[in-house]
Amino acid sequence: MSRHSVQAWLLLLPALCLLMAFTYFPTVQTVWRSVFSLGTQPSDFTLENYQFMMEDDVLHQVIVNTALYALFTVPLAIGIALVMALWVNSQMKGRGWLRLAYFTPTVLPMIAVANIWLFFYSPEIGLLNQLLGLFEHRGYNWLGDPDLSLYCLMVITVWKEAGFFMIFYLAALQSLSPELYQAASIEGAGRWTQFRRITFPLLMPTTLFILVNAVLNAFKMVDHLFILTKGGPNNASNLLLYYIYENAFSFFDTAYAASLTLLLLLALVALALLQFGVFERRTHYR
Amino acid sequence: MNKLTHSLSAVAAWSLGLIWILPLLYAFWAAFHPAEFATRFSLLAPLTLEHFYTAWEQAPFVRYMINTLAITLLILSCQLVLCTLAGYALARLPFLGRGLVFGLILLQLMVVPEILIVENYQTLASIGAVDTYLGVALPYLASAFGIFLLRQTFKTIPQELEDAARLEGCSTLGVIWKVYVPLAKPTYLAFALVSISYHWNNFLWPLVITNTSASRPLTVGMAIFGAPESGVDWSVICAGTLIAVGPLLILFLVFQRQFVQSFMRAGIK
Repeated sequence: MSRHSVQAWLLLLPALCLLMAFTYFPTVQTVWRSVFSLGTQPSDFTLENYQFMMEDDVLHQVIVNTALYALFTVPLAIGIALVMALWVNSQMKGRGWLRLAYFTPTVLPMIAVANIWLFFYSPEIGLLNQLLGLFEHRGYNWLGDPDLSLYCLMVITVWKEAGFFMIFYLAALQSLSPELYQAASIEGAGRWTQFRRITFPLLMPTTLFILVNAVLNAFKMVDHLFILTKGGPNNASNLLLYYIYENAFSFFDTAYAASLTLLLLLALVALALLQFGVFERRTHYR
Repeated sequence: MNKLTHSLSAVAAWSLGLIWILPLLYAFWAAFHPAEFATRFSLLAPLTLEHFYTAWEQAPFVRYMINTLAITLLILSCQLVLCTLAGYALARLPFLGRGLVFGLILLQLMVVPEILIVENYQTLASIGAVDTYLGVALPYLASAFGIFLLRQTFKTIPQELEDAARLEGCSTLGVIWKVYVPLAKPTYLAFALVSISYHWNNFLWPLVITNTSASRPLTVGMAIFGAPESGVDWSVICAGTLIAVGPLLILFLVFQRQFVQSFMRAGIK
């Protein structure tokens, strides 16, 4: 080995050891545990955890919930983020303040904002029901209604994420060259045409970057469940990562939690491949 | 026509801004007014600090804050060192399998520590690191994001500068410290702000790995404090929430411009 490679490996060693211990090893161990243990006990090779997955009605509900959660929060957060970025990037008065307002939820911990949102949603005195009361409506039990609770959580997620994604769009918008728009104006293109033919295509790499992040967040952002619904009522708002937590640390079924973790990992890998497959070809890199 | 669209979009933009900031405004309202005004809004409501006293006495906020600070700084300082070394190796040293190693590292961008809580808990329990700062920090110390960010930055630094330093007799570590680190300052600031706000707000993993207020960070403390079972009223919860987010919020408001620019920089790479 040359001197360079020895040095390179030495420099990489601390990071690689930690990644080995807390990323690669646990990933492999997840697979191992899901087929070589039951509950918290080791066992011979078994597929019982996976059989239970097939029969577990709660899991099926959780999968539907997680899919809905991703399907709604990802496009909504991205769409709102784009609109926000266009506004903040325009010549509007006081856009510095707007940017601040949009971005602030991002720096607050999810747990803290969940505490505040809890008040908005609470059935008796909550702000939303007070507002509805003004219109002689008797309001909803937002978080206690199985048809509503998941959507209440989605609203918070979109609210929290949009400002974060806005920043990336803003950075991209500011790097676009003004000449493109001057040329388009000379050609007589209206604002909508300019957006559709210039801005949107050139933002594609940013959209892909945000999309990957948003999808990942949709699977890992479950902090507010701990405060607002605990996955309830009757698992109506339970999400996969929260269900993994419940199995591992409330029901002490480590083996089943491991097989659920594997399911989550596979879902993420599949989605990542899908996103790159679909978007790579349509994306214009500069 | 154009004027109308302009004012319409201004109205829409500001309404959205108002909705976005409303929860925080409400928290301020409830925290600074007597409990009977928590749900009644009147300009004449008297101001009070009693909720802050009550909240302060009901939870060991100082302890939590020290814990959060210690954990965040421990993670950040280790990340900076580890990511600098790895980032330099990947940016400048040719060796067999560099692409593969880089790819493996980037895998952590997707397989984030949050997803591996079950196994990581087992690992840390087996080495007795449950309920310690180190236990909270360990899974995050090697950050693929940080390595990636620094590698990209180091690649833009001219090779000639390194060669010149080598002629002066600098070792590899010397070159990293004297040439690369100073020139990558904006990237370090960007990464530091992103990392601080991530770990100040992180919840799930600290919840799993901490048991007592000896190592529990603010977020976990807040979840216990705000749980409906604890029977604290709205105003006190809001006051407690403000105490907890206060330091980060002030930091953010003061360094707003740097914050936003840092996040932008982190996103472009």
